Amino acid sequence: MQVLFARHHVRVFRFVLRLVRNEATAEDLISEVFLDVWRQAGKFEGRAAVSTWLLAIARFKALSVLRRKPEQELDEAAAEAIEDTSDTPDVTLEKKEKGELIRKCLTSLSAEHREIIDLVYYHEKSVEEVAGIVGIPEATVKTRMFYARKKLAELLKAQGIERGWP
Amino acid sequence: MNTKKEAQELPQEVELLLPWHAAGTLSRRDAARVEQALANDNELARRYDMVRDELGEAIRLNESLGAPSSRAMEKLFAKIDAEPVRKPKIAFSITDWMTEFVAGFSPRTLAYAASVAALAIVLQAGLLASIFVKDGTGYSTASIPQLDQNARGSFVHVRFNPQATVDDITKFLIENKAVVLGGPAAGSGLFTLRVAETQLSPAELGAIVKMMAKSPVVGFTVPAAQP
Repeated sequence: MQVLFARHHVRVFRFVLRLVRNEATAEDLISEVFLDVWRQAGKFEGRAAVSTWLLAIARFKALSVLRRKPEQELDEAAAEAIEDTSDTPDVTLEKKEKGELIRKCLTSLSAEHREIIDLVYYHEKSVEEVAGIVGIPEATVKTRMFYARKKLAELLKAQGIERGWP
Repeated sequence: MNTKKEAQELPQEVELLLPWHAAGTLSRRDAARVEQALANDNELARRYDMVRDELGEAIRLNESLGAPSSRAMEKLFAKIDAEPVRKPKIAFSITDWMTEFVAGFSPRTLAYAASVAALAIVLQAGLLASIFVKDGTGYSTASIPQLDQNARGSFVHVRFNPQATVDDITKFLIENKAVVLGGPAAGSGLFTLRVAETQLSPAELGAIVKMMAKSPVVGFTVPAAQP
């Protein structure tokens, strides 16, 4: 268990933290995740990678917490608020790097969009694995990722970064 | 209506796959498909650059989140320690039992056990050979087994391939209606088989030998001289 924890806990923590946006909650959740793994080790059938199994459990735990607590993520209004407090697009581009803005906009996405972007880009999960973790069909995985990227492009546009897409 | 509109704005399948292509998680076939599309479509290649920017920043963002404190691990192991002792499984699994049983031995014990097992296999092989050559007359220095003067029928000498199993040889004997009369001869390893109850002509015996020689069980065969 110590080896499993050492190998995976950071990534599971980051995945959960991006969903619940609270470090203390995320830490509590990862100990819950690994405790479940310890209890259910016999049920692991080896059909998926261990990391995929862990992320699926972590996602379930995180969503349970989010259902209990009011949504802490930034909604549309909050995203607009970012725009309001920013400088003009030209000044923004001068002052901030494009990468920083992309990261800021990635943070402003909805939980559903953050989740899929992190699973694909950071956790390097295939279409099939994302479908398994999130519990949606593979076709929906592809379209959800498309809409997440589209939303990101819109947020970037609002921040003054015009990428010519969508 | 809304769904129809959404479906219309969806790009081609290959564009939907760009994020997975950038992350390197596509199958080889899909990756080749995307590569080909990128080579032929400048606009798609430009969008792929955007995807790679996003991927880089998503990784940077996640990496910047840091790691949990040691509190998480301490909490986990405290909870594990507090868990009730697990009850043994009710269902008995022979493989689980064997695994646990073997795991309980030290390497030295396992080495001794392996030696004993090897010895047992050698003894078993000797026992099988003695059963197989049930009519054998014991140790002989002759390289060609000598036929009993009273033996009647037609005979061949055969050397079986070392890879042939007892099952292979038994099957071979049944298929050829042959009976082992003697062997293996010291030095040559030849067995004497009776292939017919009556005395066959040299041509008939030669045909049987030729047929037997084709069997993968047999390494060498030759007609035996009539007693």
